[in-house]
Amino acid sequence: MNAIPAIRTKAEQDLGAVFASAGPRLPGGRRIAAARAAAFQAFAAAGLPHRRLEAWKYTDLRRLMRDAKPLAAAPDAVARAQAGQATGLFSGLGFRRLLVVDGVFVADQSDLSDLEPGLEIRAMRDLLAADVADLAPGPGSVVPEGEPMLALNAALAGDGVQIRLAPGTRLARPIHLAFRVTAGVPAAMFTRSAFEIGAGGSATLLETFEGPDGSDYQVNAVLDLRVGDDARLDHVRLIGEGDAALHVGTAVAEIGARAAVNAVSLTCGGGLVRSQAFVTLAGADTRAAMSGASLLGGRQHADTTLVIAHAAPGSESRETFKAVVDGAARSAFQGRITVRQAAQQTDARMMARALLLSEAAEAHSKPELEIFADDVQCGHGATVGALDEQLKFYLMARGIPAPEAEALLIQAFVGEVIDAVADDGIREALTKATAAWLRARG
Amino acid sequence: MAAVQETVDQVRRIESDQYKYGFVTDIESEKAPKGLSEEIVRFISAKKDEPDWMLNWRLEAYKRWLTMTPPGWARVAHPEIDFQDLHYYAAPKKKPALASLDEVDPEILKTYEKLGIPLREQEILAGVARPEGERRIAVDAVFDSVSVATTFRKELEAAGVIFMPISEAIRAYPDLIRAYLGSVVPISDNYYATLNSAVFSDGSFVFVPEGVRCPMELSTYFRINERNTGQFERTLIIAEKGAYVSYLEGCTAPQRDENQLHAAVVELVALDDAEIKYSTVQNWYPGNADGVGGIYNFVTKRGDCRGRNAKISWTQVETGSAITWKYPSCILRGENSSGEFYSIAISNGHQQVDSGTKMIHLGKNTSSRIISKGIAAGVSQNTYRGLVSAHRKAVGARNFTACDSLLIGDRCGAHTVPYIEAKTPSAVFEHEATTSKISEDVLFYCVQRGLSQEEAVGLVVNGFVKEVLQHLPMEFAVEAQKLISISLEGSVG
Repeated sequence: MNAIPAIRTKAEQDLGAVFASAGPRLPGGRRIAAARAAAFQAFAAAGLPHRRLEAWKYTDLRRLMRDAKPLAAAPDAVARAQAGQATGLFSGLGFRRLLVVDGVFVADQSDLSDLEPGLEIRAMRDLLAADVADLAPGPGSVVPEGEPMLALNAALAGDGVQIRLAPGTRLARPIHLAFRVTAGVPAAMFTRSAFEIGAGGSATLLETFEGPDGSDYQVNAVLDLRVGDDARLDHVRLIGEGDAALHVGTAVAEIGARAAVNAVSLTCGGGLVRSQAFVTLAGADTRAAMSGASLLGGRQHADTTLVIAHAAPGSESRETFKAVVDGAARSAFQGRITVRQAAQQTDARMMARALLLSEAAEAHSKPELEIFADDVQCGHGATVGALDEQLKFYLMARGIPAPEAEALLIQAFVGEVIDAVADDGIREALTKATAAWLRARG
Repeated sequence: MAAVQETVDQVRRIESDQYKYGFVTDIESEKAPKGLSEEIVRFISAKKDEPDWMLNWRLEAYKRWLTMTPPGWARVAHPEIDFQDLHYYAAPKKKPALASLDEVDPEILKTYEKLGIPLREQEILAGVARPEGERRIAVDAVFDSVSVATTFRKELEAAGVIFMPISEAIRAYPDLIRAYLGSVVPISDNYYATLNSAVFSDGSFVFVPEGVRCPMELSTYFRINERNTGQFERTLIIAEKGAYVSYLEGCTAPQRDENQLHAAVVELVALDDAEIKYSTVQNWYPGNADGVGGIYNFVTKRGDCRGRNAKISWTQVETGSAITWKYPSCILRGENSSGEFYSIAISNGHQQVDSGTKMIHLGKNTSSRIISKGIAAGVSQNTYRGLVSAHRKAVGARNFTACDSLLIGDRCGAHTVPYIEAKTPSAVFEHEATTSKISEDVLFYCVQRGLSQEEAVGLVVNGFVKEVLQHLPMEFAVEAQKLISISLEGSVG
């Protein structure tokens, strides 16, 4: 068979041009440059993911992504200062804030004073330039071979933050990794960050993604998480991008033995959001809880894709994902629990719930179980439905007006996810974000 | 641990070689030459004395098929099928025009006797030692590519029910066939359905006219006998307004060390207030203990609830086949129509099952229910794959799905892949799935009360599948229960 020349979409052609022009200027030595070239080649061979790829069934980027933006220019001093002074939901909580503006780690606006012993923070661009960064997913990860958007990130990532905790380091002060996009020309930002907790360490990591409404910028952010044996991680992610933004976020995590991970995410911004996580419970007797909520309206599209692999015996995982869908928005949830043959005594549960608030709203769920061990307890559940009219009536009969009654019910629905956050300050901020979304809904 | 270990050992010990329908019937048969080409399609059509429109339909399907590639999304692995290495037509050599059942080759009758299929009406009618009130069943027996006998035709005709081989129906009722054939599963539907459309040789045709409740259970028994053949049967069931029919299907094949292909298409059409109940006990040869041989079962089954209040119910017990690829589905088009899917899928040895259903809600207030029970043992892989979707206009759509998997042994796999898609806020979909092994506590409890390990496991498995078994017609429920014990022999008492 002769190879049929693939038809390149505008976005694919743009990306080719971006790599050709910006590629040589991206940080990296010979090794990194080779890795970038290989990654881009892998991406180019397959093109943008489309609905015929099972993992992208509900998010057809080939169709949805009309063009690709040029790489963002480094922010000037004024933009940096402005981004540094901007306040947000998490201001005043005393977190160690690390600021990434337009895809560039801005050390002078970040809180790098009094680093706790054992804590190390470095700009990813320096690691790339020194040719020591690692762009490929680690061995044993559950990232699908040649994951297109991860490959694209490897090809084009310019900066990000690497955070490392030496074994035994317990951070009392949460770290806030804030990604901000300044108003300006539409542009693309490819960031690569890494967070590593050594054995027995513990930390809270808050990631936030924010940007201006009305600007169709594009974010491709990758977080590489390593949690050592007996370590603990509390991870919270807020995706509050501008309403026209395209956000593709990928987290690749490897969790050690007897570790505890509690991850919560809230998506309430962005025009098109794909949030994917590939988690390997590599060590035995680990506890992992992952939950997330999406609050969608207008023409938003949010896709949460989660693959969690139990690779060693005795681990427990709990996943709870909720979507509130209004307007003509679409939510998709794809979750897969994989239990490898060695992972006996696994206890895994996944729940996906969607609440549809309008006629044009859509919700798709695909919770999967893939089990190769027999001594396991695994289950999943999924529901789709509208607000319970009886509950609403109950509240209205007690004098609460209809919009408020709805808001209360929605807040309770989302509350289950937000309540999972351990840190009081973050939990309150997320509750505020939910309330703000409900107010905006009117 | 010991208890389960023992069970696992026993399951391991039983070989699929225990397949009790593995005999070959030695009869003379006619076969088309190996391979697939336009000539073969013409040959089959000519053999069946088909009108031109039917031949053209087949040829169109064949042309379409040449442009298609086999689907690769299911969790089944098999060497590429050589479609040119098969006989697409095999028929027992028959005497001209059978006047009665007595003229059917006695060897074939013996085969069905061995299989326990009541072909001889008189025996049933004699009713010797049969419990009172037992329902009678009309049987259409399909041997390799052709229907060899259909019983009770006269009595059914009196009620207005048409039950005959589809090859005959094409000649006798061309208008009905032209109106309905391919209207639920279009010829371009999928690779195997398209292949079937080109080369199907026989199958059953059922037409139940308005207001008629079919007076007896209808049933087809499929038997692959010849070596190197594929069976491609086509079944079409139409229930007109207010009609009711219950249809059963059973399948067996001899033990062979090659893989044989079975690619059937079943189409159901239910009009206003009609109900079709379709039950399958699939027990094709699963291959031996090393995974050699066995039937590749690639089947497209779909029901269309076209009218208001129509109902289609699928019940399946899948114990055989090396590979099962089968998704009996319901298109819920009519207002208030409902679809049901009850399934037990058992895999042992090297079997691979990828089965499930699709419930496509298009009409208002449509409802569906899915109960799927998978049991995986040996080194088998057992996957449930299902779709529940609600169209924007499917106001008030309702679905409940429960898929449970039981694992026996640590080398098998059980997987659940549900798709839930809602495009209307008034749809209420609920899905739940669990996977586990038989609880030690439950086994211990039973054993402590004097049951043997075997009995205890049997009790648990029976309890596990009971919800589905009770939806089978009584005669089949008994057979199915036996089959389940055979399939899991060693672990079930």
